[in-house]
Amino acid sequence: LLRGRRGLIPYLLLAPGLLWLVLFFLYPLFQVFLASFWSGSVERGYTFSLSNWTNYPDAIIPVLPHVGRSLLYSVVATVLTFLIAYPLAYTIAIRGGRAKNLLLFLVVAPFFTSFLLRTLSWKIILSDNGVVFGPLKAIGLVPDDFRVLATPMAVVAGITYNFLPFMTLPIYVALEKIDLRLVEAAQDLYAGPWRRGGTIAGAVVGGGVVAGLAVAFGWPLLVPTLLAAVLGALVGRLLVSEAFVRVTFPLSLPGVFAGSLLTFIPAMGDYVNAEFLGNPDSRMLGNVIQNRFLTQNNFPEASALSFILMAGILVIVLIYTRLLGTEQLTSSRI
Amino acid sequence: MAATVVASSPRQAGLGARLRRLADRYLLFTYTSLAVIYLLLPVAIIILFSFNNPTGRRNFVWQEFSIDAWLHPFAVPGLASSVGLSLVIAAVSTLVATVIGTLMALALVRYDFRGRRATDSLIFLPMATPEIVMGASLLTLFVSVGGPPFFPLSIITILIAHILFNISYVVVTVRARLSGFPRHLEEAAMDLGANEWQTFWRVTFPLILPGIIAAALLAFSLSIDDFVITNFTAGQTQTFPMFIYAQAKVGVPVQVYVIGSVIFLVAVISVGLTTLAGRRQPARG
Repeated sequence: LLRGRRGLIPYLLLAPGLLWLVLFFLYPLFQVFLASFWSGSVERGYTFSLSNWTNYPDAIIPVLPHVGRSLLYSVVATVLTFLIAYPLAYTIAIRGGRAKNLLLFLVVAPFFTSFLLRTLSWKIILSDNGVVFGPLKAIGLVPDDFRVLATPMAVVAGITYNFLPFMTLPIYVALEKIDLRLVEAAQDLYAGPWRRGGTIAGAVVGGGVVAGLAVAFGWPLLVPTLLAAVLGALVGRLLVSEAFVRVTFPLSLPGVFAGSLLTFIPAMGDYVNAEFLGNPDSRMLGNVIQNRFLTQNNFPEASALSFILMAGILVIVLIYTRLLGTEQLTSSRI
Repeated sequence: MAATVVASSPRQAGLGARLRRLADRYLLFTYTSLAVIYLLLPVAIIILFSFNNPTGRRNFVWQEFSIDAWLHPFAVPGLASSVGLSLVIAAVSTLVATVIGTLMALALVRYDFRGRRATDSLIFLPMATPEIVMGASLLTLFVSVGGPPFFPLSIITILIAHILFNISYVVVTVRARLSGFPRHLEEAAMDLGANEWQTFWRVTFPLILPGIIAAALLAFSLSIDDFVITNFTAGQTQTFPMFIYAQAKVGVPVQVYVIGSVIFLVAVISVGLTTLAGRRQPARG
């Protein structure tokens, strides 16, 4: 139907959308690049000159700690969302049965309330004597002066929570596509439980993640790491099978790839979690960009920072794509 | 190997296998229930705190049950107009983006043309761009033009931005529906003498309508909830998320939680209804 004959039709159908995307997406990106070479102010007007490349060092050097924090928080949050999302997506996709659609709906249901309100309600949940820490402190499980709100932990917790569905859905889509006969074939070919491997992998992942968190947030290192390693070993020993390691997990990697980008990229630019849940010492690059643009009206430096953020993300995505060698980014996101 | 294990310590092996089976059966589902509770906890808190009666402006500590805010949802100055504005922006940007995006999806699925790959990437790129970069670049454009309709920032600049980020999501959603499309039905219609126009409106359109509705719902919910890009393109104009953000500094009034709860309930109900309608669709065809 409607094929080939009139070569103009597809272009006519595309024209309004392409116009919009070029005019209000591509061109503004170019404009940001230009603006990063501006000098002047909103009142006096701006002039463009390549000699204003100094905007870049001027903008980035004072905020290097923020850049470091953005990277740290985003990586930690991406790893945490992966650990939370994978078993969730696996259960829904492979074991969901008739509850599949309902569970999937529950995963996206948080999106139906305001992002800002959800983040604010973590402020209620994590507050020093709130629903979580009030009881824990009352029974003495947590020391009285322990706090999460207004610390980097709360920022990471907020990012992890807010982007969890972005990780869960692509992994779900990838797992759902797997032909389960492949798993049966693996079992027919003597894929059994994976006791020793599962124990070791579980211990390494559990211990490694908690050790990383302990270093990042200044927790005591030894006891939590050991506990997590033991717990991880137990879960790995009980749940991981050879068929999962050899068949299911490799086939779900495109989803993991898409999900981690969909989590990492918005996390890198986020400033709401840091503003609502953090403190002045946990501000991220997003907070700086927002502040330079909207409070200080410092367009040249703000543009330089935006351009660095965009370029940095592109570089990270390219390296990541190389490493994983996946080209299914577009196809596995819906 | 299993045989030797059983032979050497039959009770242990039996226990291991049984534990494994138990874990396999219950552990994943227990975990999934916990994860769903975790995901929905903030929503529950929002609904719960819409019934709170806080002492000051800070709605962060539970005081006492009250339906006061539900009875007077717009008692806070500025709230009603911001919600109204958000609804208008969401409706207009959804309409425009759905039309533009559906046309693009049709072109991409139906035709072979030069520049397909470039078009594909151009559609994908906005979804991979951090919102802050998109908002900031639009602001820079608007400021550098420096005159109407772009400057001063207004509802027009917000609409431009919302249509922009919605287009990509509409294309992806509608295209997903189009790619599994039963082409032979169109051919049958043409064989029976329908022209292309009639075929489109009588066969193609009704079949892809669920996809278009899903895309429109997605666009509407993205628009009504958008904060970051709006923050950069709104200027003094206050949408509902902008109102929440401004109030967050001094204490969010309970009424905001009421509106948040209402939006949640309406969204859940409309998605539920669309799902039911979508389920009936194939039965008819």
